[in-house]
Amino acid sequence: MIEARNLKKGFGTQPVLDGVSFRIENGESVAIIGRSGCGKSVLLKHLIGLLQPDAGEVLIDSENIVPMNERQLLRVRRKFGMVFQGSALFDSMTVAENVAFGLRRHEHLTETEIARRVAETLEMVDLPGTETKNPAELSGGMRKRVGLARAIVYEPQIVLYDEPTTGLDPIMSDSIDQLMLRVRDRLKVTTVVVTHDMRTARRVGQRVLMMHDKKIYASGAPDEFFASRDPVVRQFIDGVADPKETPF
Amino acid sequence: MIYSAKQRVTDSLAGLGRFTLLAKEALASLVTFKVAWRDLLYQVYFIGVKSQAVVLVTGAFTGMVLAAQTYYQFHKVKMDTATLAVVGVSLCDELGPVLTALMVAGRVGAAIAAEIGTMRVTEQIDALRTLATHPVDYLVVPRIAAGHIALPLLTIESICVGIGASYLVSVHLLGIDATYLWVNMLRYTHDVDVVIGLIKAFVYGGLIAVISCYKGLTCRLGAEGVGRATTEAVVYSSITILITNFFLTLVLGKIASLL
Repeated sequence: MIEARNLKKGFGTQPVLDGVSFRIENGESVAIIGRSGCGKSVLLKHLIGLLQPDAGEVLIDSENIVPMNERQLLRVRRKFGMVFQGSALFDSMTVAENVAFGLRRHEHLTETEIARRVAETLEMVDLPGTETKNPAELSGGMRKRVGLARAIVYEPQIVLYDEPTTGLDPIMSDSIDQLMLRVRDRLKVTTVVVTHDMRTARRVGQRVLMMHDKKIYASGAPDEFFASRDPVVRQFIDGVADPKETPF
Repeated sequence: MIYSAKQRVTDSLAGLGRFTLLAKEALASLVTFKVAWRDLLYQVYFIGVKSQAVVLVTGAFTGMVLAAQTYYQFHKVKMDTATLAVVGVSLCDELGPVLTALMVAGRVGAAIAAEIGTMRVTEQIDALRTLATHPVDYLVVPRIAAGHIALPLLTIESICVGIGASYLVSVHLLGIDATYLWVNMLRYTHDVDVVIGLIKAFVYGGLIAVISCYKGLTCRLGAEGVGRATTEAVVYSSITILITNFFLTLVLGKIASLL
């Protein structure tokens, strides 16, 4: 269970989160949407303790992680897998070494067992036989899948996705959406997806949270959310720019 | 302007505080053996083995120049055969460890800061943290331990090559008697000189690694941030080595005189 209580965060004089609260149950799949720069990724990083809030609490399985130091957080982070917007693959390692990283660090397995688990996970993300490739040889979509494989190989309870389909073509985006659903259903993980891709939010989220004006502005099941008549929600869903904000 | 100066002092103090916390965290991790041996071996290879060429060339030419300069001065007072003694003591006590450290700071310090800085910019450090791995354990500690191991070994090589090169120059180019040259060197260069040099190298190895890692971990985002971190790693490491050398010379010299 993930719960955020009245989270506040600012960078310098610029507030980014101003009283964000929500709760995500075990096994639930939630899409967090909102305009670029509204603080979605910042919020996601708070959930895994990569950022510390100025005020508020983040509870993971009823345990407040905000007062924890970096070493105490390591124990909590074993429950998580995270897929980054830019994949964040270790470029000095091969695909297999990237995927095996978590296993090697935290589980006492033989090399044969590690190789088997890596191959299985790469198979699951539709990248069989790519073990010896370097991240630089991979396309954007392949890198995202390797990032996903790295995040799920040790079977975490919660998987966080930061803009998983940004920068991908529609077919590749669809393939990543399907992968997220496959991982959710096979591993029974809690899924939190930060995205501004409406299709991803609709397909992957069992619940959609919309951030606006530094808060959770709207929340609901996809059907209910996408039928909303609220002008702010409608404007975002329909992708209509405010003429006053034209930068030229 | 007053605000700017005040801000700069505050930033410097905050930076010093962060650096101290990093060093403390690394030391705690080092003494509890959280270091991965495979990473440590790779870093010893990268810092030590790959730096040999530059360190050996530096040692050889420093030894040769020192021999020539010393000879030109000592020849005036008929003390030619003391040339290698001066070279030996200078290389063991000061020039060996300091020049080796400065060359390694240039080569390795820049590489460490650039690598870790790029990892920070591309969110690889955050990825490490999400994989329940402390960046200090994984990135900083192996480099500090490798610096402590590699620098003394490189310094020994540098001193040996420096003395060897200065011997060749003294005997074959400057025509000094080989036997007296060698005997005088052994008479005036003591074990304690070698030990002082190695202690200094041990300290500098850790300093280069921790300063460079700190600069990489705290670099600003973007290509400019990485570039600046790289430059600062080399500059700060070099200045710290030179300042630390003064204090180490005083302290170690005092201790040596009491023995």
